[in-house]
Amino acid sequence: MSDTTLQQPSTRSRSRGAETWSALLSNKLAAAGLVVLVLLVLAAVFADVIAPYGYTDSDLTRRLQPPSASYWFGTDELGRDVLSRVIHGARVSLQVGAVAVGISLVLGTTIGLVAGYRGGWIDAVLMRAMDILFSFPVVLLAIAIVAVLSPSLVNTMIAIGIVFTPIFARVVRGSVLSVREEVYVRAARSLGASDLRILGRHVLPNVAAPIIVQTSLSLAFAILTEAALSYLGIGVQPPRPAWGLMLLDAQGFIPTGAWWMSIFPGLAIFLTVMALNLVGDGLRDALDPRQRSVIQARGAEA
Amino acid sequence: MSGQHPPAGGAHGAAAAASGAGPDGGADLVLSVRDLEVSFGTKRGTARVVRGLDYDLARGETLAIVGESGSGKSVSTLALTKLIPIPPGRVTGTAHLGEVDLIGLSEQELLPYRGRRIGFVFQDPMTSLNPVHTIGRQLTEGMRHHLRLSEADARDRAVDLLRQVGIPGAEHRLDDYPHQFSGGMRQRVVIAIGLSCGPDVLVADEATTALDVTTQAQLVDLVGQLQADLGMAVIWITHDLGVVAGIADRVLVMYAGEVVEQASVEELFARPRHPYTVGLLASLPVLGDFDRDELTAIPGLPPSATDLPPGCSFHPRCTFRDDPRCEHERPPLREVAPGHRVRSFYMVPEEEARHAAASERVAVEPPDVRDQGVVS
Amino acid sequence: MSSSPAGGSGAPGERVGEPLVEVEDLEVHFPAGGRRDRRVVRAVDGVSFTLARGETFGLVGESGCGKSTTGLALLRLVEPTAGRVHFDGTDVRGLSRRDLRAWRRRAGMIFQDPYASLDPRLPVGEIVGEALDIHDLHQGKQARRARIAELLERVGLAAAAADRYPHEFSGGQRQRVGIARALAGEPDFLVCDEPIAALDVSIQAQVMNLLAELQRDLGLTYLFIAHDLAAVQHVSDRIAVMYLGRIVELADRATLYRSPQHPYTRALLSAIPVPDPVRERQRERVPLVGDVPTPLDPPSGCRFRTRCPEVFEACGRVDPVLQPVGPGREGGGALPDVGSDPRAQGHLAACLLHGETGRPVERSDHRDAREAAPAG
Repeated sequence: MSDTTLQQPSTRSRSRGAETWSALLSNKLAAAGLVVLVLLVLAAVFADVIAPYGYTDSDLTRRLQPPSASYWFGTDELGRDVLSRVIHGARVSLQVGAVAVGISLVLGTTIGLVAGYRGGWIDAVLMRAMDILFSFPVVLLAIAIVAVLSPSLVNTMIAIGIVFTPIFARVVRGSVLSVREEVYVRAARSLGASDLRILGRHVLPNVAAPIIVQTSLSLAFAILTEAALSYLGIGVQPPRPAWGLMLLDAQGFIPTGAWWMSIFPGLAIFLTVMALNLVGDGLRDALDPRQRSVIQARGAEA
Repeated sequence: MSGQHPPAGGAHGAAAAASGAGPDGGADLVLSVRDLEVSFGTKRGTARVVRGLDYDLARGETLAIVGESGSGKSVSTLALTKLIPIPPGRVTGTAHLGEVDLIGLSEQELLPYRGRRIGFVFQDPMTSLNPVHTIGRQLTEGMRHHLRLSEADARDRAVDLLRQVGIPGAEHRLDDYPHQFSGGMRQRVVIAIGLSCGPDVLVADEATTALDVTTQAQLVDLVGQLQADLGMAVIWITHDLGVVAGIADRVLVMYAGEVVEQASVEELFARPRHPYTVGLLASLPVLGDFDRDELTAIPGLPPSATDLPPGCSFHPRCTFRDDPRCEHERPPLREVAPGHRVRSFYMVPEEEARHAAASERVAVEPPDVRDQGVVS
Repeated sequence: MSSSPAGGSGAPGERVGEPLVEVEDLEVHFPAGGRRDRRVVRAVDGVSFTLARGETFGLVGESGCGKSTTGLALLRLVEPTAGRVHFDGTDVRGLSRRDLRAWRRRAGMIFQDPYASLDPRLPVGEIVGEALDIHDLHQGKQARRARIAELLERVGLAAAAADRYPHEFSGGQRQRVGIARALAGEPDFLVCDEPIAALDVSIQAQVMNLLAELQRDLGLTYLFIAHDLAAVQHVSDRIAVMYLGRIVELADRATLYRSPQHPYTRALLSAIPVPDPVRERQRERVPLVGDVPTPLDPPSGCRFRTRCPEVFEACGRVDPVLQPVGPGREGGGALPDVGSDPRAQGHLAACLLHGETGRPVERSDHRDAREAAPAG
């Protein structure tokens, strides 16, 4: 006896990717975040075209100018245009964030998956190693790594990537431990599925939510860590602008009232982090079929 | 909305008592529920989970509310003392406990009733006890609060209660934690908590569902015994018709939030008239019934509370439906025999209903389990 | 061939009655948990039975008796710690990981909880089609989709269900999806682990009928594991009763009901409520005292002796094994030669009331007690 409710023609002719995408866009906040991110990326890519001045163009006669028609974000202590530097800074900051987090995401997720799924001594060894890595202060460890690899932008990204790996490994392992015990994993085994198939098809998609949340958080921290390293002189090398570096430079001028020097790079970091979090939350929901139908029901009502 | 109903002895109550179910007639009525409606606002619209529920409960009586998940059987009793989230929940109608209409009371005014006048025993003894507190603390909490007993008095009474519910070595177990008890023993503790303030009504919500049958049998007996000793009324909510047959005086069968059939237990099992009740009985496997290869299943699925079918809520699944009204008109709850009400345009004839009854399905007498065939 | 959803191997009808699954002295011992704790949980502790091709073999018992673990162990979803499992001539315990994965096409499983057993992230079509991908069956987009549609329709769902996600279905429909998934590899044998326990009463009958229909059409062999003896009796040809990791009685369903020989079986039968108030209230019960002992340290001799109403001196001295019982078999004796049809085995019970057949309890079995004594 077939169920009558299922006899209605299916409205699902689109692919799953398209469904996820439309669910993401029907979430207004996530869509807004996505717009901001796209603008930031465009700004980074076309910085040379968009920026009104070069990031090293300095005019010492116009030092520490407040925002005006010709310098929207004002100028810094060397008379450089803050707006241009913020636009160019997007390039470095986004690059550092994306590459560093990309490294830790891949490494940490792999380690977490293997440790959580296999258990036993493999788990013990991997996670003790992660604990050791995790027990060092983040910046100190990054300094050590950069010191070994010699300071450069690439090495900064690698260092931050390694430093953040244990966070991902822990989050993933914890989720894998519970997903591993799910009945549907046992069901897949009962059909003859291999471990690799179970990991890729059942475990990974079901631990995606915490990974996505962790990714958007880590991107923000990576940008800030880059700032700290740059400040210590082992990260991004001046005169290349990076938001964190600009923020730290601005510190000394806060007492003089040059608020624009810190506000605008700060705002850029804030907007980026905010947008990442909104998109991350939206993505988490859009990837979950249960949430997806709620989102769509809500969208249909509106 | 809630007109003043006399708390006891209305025409309806008298009818229920006259059906032979209530022991002494209207004067002993403890709970009288009229036109109880519970709804929840949801994203998909208003879910009407209980629709127009009426019943009376006499002292010492056991009322079984039978239904499947989503039938509204649990919510209907939780709503009595507003143990559901309000909002999004909404409760209307009246529920008189003695002279007081519980539905009209505020959250604050209800506190003295919860646990004190209406005790609850929930399904899962694992989650209805707090794992970080001792049994003694959880047992005495209500008594100290509601009955204003001193700690020593409350502990004395707690030991009595544990003894009453059959926990061996009761006096040594007050300082034990829930995990130190087996599932069956834990549910005994939960029953003891439900009884601790001497409630007028004990609501057992699927209280034995999570337990093994041998443990269930012990607890069913225990509640029956306690009820006889203490004279309280019991509302037993379950999906298990076997348990109902053993303990109930009267039965309400709920489907899609409303009562579809209500009768004394003997009447209901011997002469079920509603197509749903008949279908439910026929779909049960019965021990010792070796004749049928196939169970008579009810086709389809129960409706969602946000999307109830027009007319009779059971008509999409009903194999008997023959009346054009079934699809358009909500059938009234009609009295077909004293105390026996049915909400259907079609009354299943006795001949057909008998086919479903367990008593007709087992030709062989059940074995005498005490001693048979054993070489001693 | 594609018209038969699960073609199986050849014509199943011809080989009905031959042994398909042989289990001998199966043991599953788990470490007790603590790092220093060397004790083991004897979840399954010496279980033997043989399933005939085409039959439904019921395994009943209360929670913790090891029935589900037995089912998982014979599919090696939990690794057995000892014993032999033979499937149609294959030594299942001897299979390499790769061969084991290939073998799983022939022996599947249906799980209890239809909510937990379906991956929430995958559409139903992908869930049902997983076995096709694993074993390279019906490859090609068209063929695969057609096969999935066929499987869904076979279990009473519309082909359009393939594009929907598990959360859009009710419990009963999800269980149908689980059944379709298990059928995809065209198995000969299915372990059904409490397949109806989580479903509503009116849906249970639908699923039981579906399982029976599939068995008829596809020649499947079932191991049906459940705590609900009435349901087990309805679907099974033969039934084994488990208690604390052992089978205590095994008989065809009618014999088990009409003349149960093990005191535990009798207690279990007597505890099951019957949906008939007249019989339910006259029913005599065999009361069981206490709780099931822990499988960490089961009683020596007969494991049921601590709760048995008929316990006598020999019960602590001899560990009973299954022996033939029933009419003409008084006085015990050796197990009959099963021959080619395991169903000819007759009625077996592990109880010393039928003769002291078993292993004498050795002193070493008391080791735990002796070691504990000086410490305490």
